[in-house]
Amino acid sequence: MSRVRWTLWLPLVLFAIFCAVVFVQLVHPAGTTVASKMIGKPLPPFQLRAASPDRPGVSTADFQDGKPKLLNIFASWCIPCIAEAPQLAELERQGATIIGVDLRDHPEDLAAFLARNGDPYARIGADDLSVVQLGIGSSGVPETYVIDGKGVIRYQHIGDIRAEEIPFMLEKLKEAGA
Amino acid sequence: MIANFGLAALWLAGALAALQLLAGAFALRGDEPTLARLVRPAAVVQGVLAALSFGALLLLFARTDLSVRLVVENSSSMKPMIFKIAGAWGNHEGSMLLWVTIMSLAGALIALLERRLPEPTMLATLAAQAFVGLGFYAFLLFSSNPFERVANPPPDGYGLNPLLQDIGLAFHPPTLYLGYVGLSVAFSFAVGALVTREVTPDFARAMRPWVLGAWIFLTLGITAGSYWAYYELGWGGWWFWDPVENASLMPWLAATALLHSASVLAARDALRAWTIMLGVIAFSMSMIGTFLVRSGILTSVHAFAVDPERGTFILALLAVYIGGALTLFALRAGTVTEGERFAVTSREAALVVNNVALTSILAIVLVGTLYPLVTEAFGVKVSVGPPYFNPVTAIFFFPMLAVLAIGPLLRWRRDSLGRVRGEVLLVALVAVAALAGARFAGSTRLLPLLGLALAVAVAVAAFLPLRGRSLRRLPLHVWGMVLAHFGIAVSLFGVSVDSAFTKERLIAAQVGETMHVGPWAVTLASVEPVAGPNWTAMEGTLSVSFDGGSPSEMTPQSRNFWEPVQHTSESALLTRWNGQLYAVIGEEAENGGWQLRLWWKPFVTFIWFGGLLIGLGGLLALLGRLSLDLKRRHVRARGAERRAEQAQ
Repeated sequence: MSRVRWTLWLPLVLFAIFCAVVFVQLVHPAGTTVASKMIGKPLPPFQLRAASPDRPGVSTADFQDGKPKLLNIFASWCIPCIAEAPQLAELERQGATIIGVDLRDHPEDLAAFLARNGDPYARIGADDLSVVQLGIGSSGVPETYVIDGKGVIRYQHIGDIRAEEIPFMLEKLKEAGA
Repeated sequence: MIANFGLAALWLAGALAALQLLAGAFALRGDEPTLARLVRPAAVVQGVLAALSFGALLLLFARTDLSVRLVVENSSSMKPMIFKIAGAWGNHEGSMLLWVTIMSLAGALIALLERRLPEPTMLATLAAQAFVGLGFYAFLLFSSNPFERVANPPPDGYGLNPLLQDIGLAFHPPTLYLGYVGLSVAFSFAVGALVTREVTPDFARAMRPWVLGAWIFLTLGITAGSYWAYYELGWGGWWFWDPVENASLMPWLAATALLHSASVLAARDALRAWTIMLGVIAFSMSMIGTFLVRSGILTSVHAFAVDPERGTFILALLAVYIGGALTLFALRAGTVTEGERFAVTSREAALVVNNVALTSILAIVLVGTLYPLVTEAFGVKVSVGPPYFNPVTAIFFFPMLAVLAIGPLLRWRRDSLGRVRGEVLLVALVAVAALAGARFAGSTRLLPLLGLALAVAVAVAAFLPLRGRSLRRLPLHVWGMVLAHFGIAVSLFGVSVDSAFTKERLIAAQVGETMHVGPWAVTLASVEPVAGPNWTAMEGTLSVSFDGGSPSEMTPQSRNFWEPVQHTSESALLTRWNGQLYAVIGEEAENGGWQLRLWWKPFVTFIWFGGLLIGLGGLLALLGRLSLDLKRRHVRARGAERRAEQAQ
């Protein structure tokens, strides 16, 4: 009767793992400046079809007109992207050109997302197979890249842009434009 | 003065919790049996003191006492009284005080009323309750003192944000807290039973009303929260699998499972260790949920301030309580004797399927909620959404509903499907007919189709347990079960019809233009600027008519707040018995038109009606159980009197 079965310890073990992961997160919040391996390299060649009927899609050539831009990876189904929307709107208001790469999305969901959260995008390309996302070294949504006027990736921001990070992003854009 | 009194009462309540814990523990060890007599009074006085402390906080807010930091930051003399009072718990410190107050009042109630359990189990239960309470007292007193003073009181408070003056928002958190705290009582009972190894039907009966009560509040809280998200976010969606939503759903799933397994334990003395485990899990989910929400380590549409110190404190509490309980479980569960056996076809077996399905769904939601956290540890931020949650939970949810249709018809212990052949056939036929009907009406996607068929079948099956029984003499808790199961069907019907038959239009409409969405004709009559206390808005006036009927008016707004700067869409809703027309107005389009988004959502209101029915069913079950308990206690007391007389 007093035999202790190992399965009874399983919940405790799982809980301990949970606590450990969460504790690490609490003590060392994930840095927002983890660099992609593609920083400093030119964008890989790609061509995305238009995700939205009212504006063109995205290709590598769009980033080579001499003007630095933000490349924002987002999707209508991504909740942090909702939180990020006002910051993108503010960045656009302050003169940033934002090019959207919309991941695995439906056009009607995208339209709803833009109608609800505002629409800061100059162009939106549909990345149905995450080709561009993976190509530029991103593995999550949302992420925002600073691309200089020659199409070279200068900076990667992982996660949603917080309100206090807007000046920093503008600074990065300015650096890329020099 | 009042603040000092509140703080003193809080310290005293904490001291009594310590006394309750120590007295209970020493009495249990047998060192000092007389200490046992201290435990129940300590619990009662602790409850009174905590209530006084919370009362003091309410008074401070009602009077807008600006010498208290919490009042300065969260209130203002210009607020209406109801929001002044609600402001007391609309912040971190106040909500934690509310939590600990409800918890200690629950402890006091148990101490006063619960006489069924053996005294050692009671002592262990109350000691466990005090132990949990003690952590929260420490949290309040050392890290989140609600009575902290300010050196120089400002002329008025800063908390006049009209966005937060919403009556729903004021009462939503306390509702969920009542649920969480009810589960803390179940947790204490589980720990108490583990300590003394007395996992009996009486233990299940003592725990059940608390689980039921908690479950009712959670059900209502989730239903209200879902409706709030639906009309406030302006997306036409009613559930987003957002971490904060999941945080309230997970305890509900665990509590639902616990409710059913406690029934098996109470009626048949089976599933002993499993019920204990669920008691621990249910409260763990409440605490993990609170932790995830309050520590801000998950990004969510519900923004809370990130505070690593408080996050670490709650995590430490979590580790001590849940870790401790799970350790106790691992050590003791093997020694809890196995309960009664039952056959594969039996009421118990059906309830086991329910439990396995619910815990699987719980695990799926938990994994989906925590996954971003795990990947973040490797420097990757991801967001897990409906494409994961919907189909994966459905894998367990749909079979569970199929069993729900039949389970309540089965007998305890051993039964055969042959005996309920007729009913099974009826339900299956109804399901097939509903499937065919939905297919004919034009639904093609798998999940809504299956959902519709099951909803109709379960709606019929929910009432089958009533067959052949005298409706007048049927116990109240059976009515509760019938109603709650019917509520599930109603809710699922709303969900399925909404996702299968919603009609949606997104247009850049010119003023005067008429468009059609489903059976509705919608004319954009005008767009005018309007202004509120701290916002301006463009308000569209829509003239809408259903199927050529007389027109009604709807006025969606696109609002800009300036303090804080925020843009919101105020959706307009028009409700009919068979659905809602949902209208959102967006920005001005380039061609001079306005972005309009219209949804015709047939039967969408059934989602929340179903939720209310489920809650009502829970209430009936609770009343039924409580009145049965009272009768039993009465009979027992009479029996004791008679025995005493005969002995004389």
